[in-house]
Amino acid sequence: MTTLIEKLAGIPTGSKLGAALKTRAEVLRLSEAAHDAVLVPRDPGGLSHALRAALAARMCRHLGSAALVAHYDGYLAHSGDADVAALAQPGGVSGDPRQDAMARHADLLTLSPRNATRGDIEALRSAGVGEPDIVRLSELAAFVNYQLRVVAGLVLLRDAS
Amino acid sequence: MSKPVHDFTAKVPEWSPYVTPVEFASATPAQLSAMKVTPSNKGVSAYVLTLAHDPESLEVRSPLFNLIMYGKDGLSPAERELGAIAASVVNRCIYCTAVHASRFLAHTKRTELIETVFADELQARLPPRDQAVFDFAARLSTTPIAATVADAGVLKEAGLSELEQLDLILSAAIFGWANRLMHTLGEPLAAEG
Repeated sequence: MTTLIEKLAGIPTGSKLGAALKTRAEVLRLSEAAHDAVLVPRDPGGLSHALRAALAARMCRHLGSAALVAHYDGYLAHSGDADVAALAQPGGVSGDPRQDAMARHADLLTLSPRNATRGDIEALRSAGVGEPDIVRLSELAAFVNYQLRVVAGLVLLRDAS
Repeated sequence: MSKPVHDFTAKVPEWSPYVTPVEFASATPAQLSAMKVTPSNKGVSAYVLTLAHDPESLEVRSPLFNLIMYGKDGLSPAERELGAIAASVVNRCIYCTAVHASRFLAHTKRTELIETVFADELQARLPPRDQAVFDFAARLSTTPIAATVADAGVLKEAGLSELEQLDLILSAAIFGWANRLMHTLGEPLAAEG
């Protein structure tokens, strides 16, 4: 089965890099499972599947990854939830203080995680984001940034070969 | 009383969460199941108990992390650590940098390399293959991503096989993930004693 990372990176299967990916098939399989765990978890808590898709698309827009933006926009469209759609755009707001605070935190974790402090967690709490949701949001942002870099790195190797 | 650590160090600090960790005694079956697959069996750390708020992610990430950092063949263990260190320096995750600098030192005893990275960070001048590994991982870790096709070419010229290049991407990327948890959900405190 072709995983999302393989599909988006477009590595020719007969190439040396294709062979390397085959050697790391289990890493790709677990990466796909991680994608499902953060995008469409069985227990989404206070982050609906639609909100997760919107925030993922927003983070991918920050990195300029057209392929991943299209992937997450597709998830968002499929969810049919128009209320969170504005959050898929950098700078976009929903008007819901809790969701807007989560979008700001997703921006921070994508653009400059080194500048994150205790105060940023306090800001989430003040906006009504519960502790389990703070962790869920962090995992979502962390995973999407992982996936963006695996795909980007593979594309660089592909184009260098 | 322990103080927050702000400077890079190879002495592993303690990690103190900003959010309340799950209480082990009242953990749900899903949380217990997710915590079981973590590397530590001698008491569950505050970090794992914190991440147990999202058991579905934790359950998948722990085996993925172990496979990327400690899997067989491909990039050497020390060079995987160097990729992790580069990402952690970019994201200024003092805790992750300390853990993986100490593991790099356990593999290589190359204290001069670690001292150079701590002093000069992204401007560190290293032997050619180390430089290629460090720079590629660091440039893949920035936002926007600074790594270029030319940087990938340097990896090839430095003698890294396709599998080694792939492993380097994975180690830098999984630390983009780890740093965004460790550095943003808590802080490093100087270890007692």
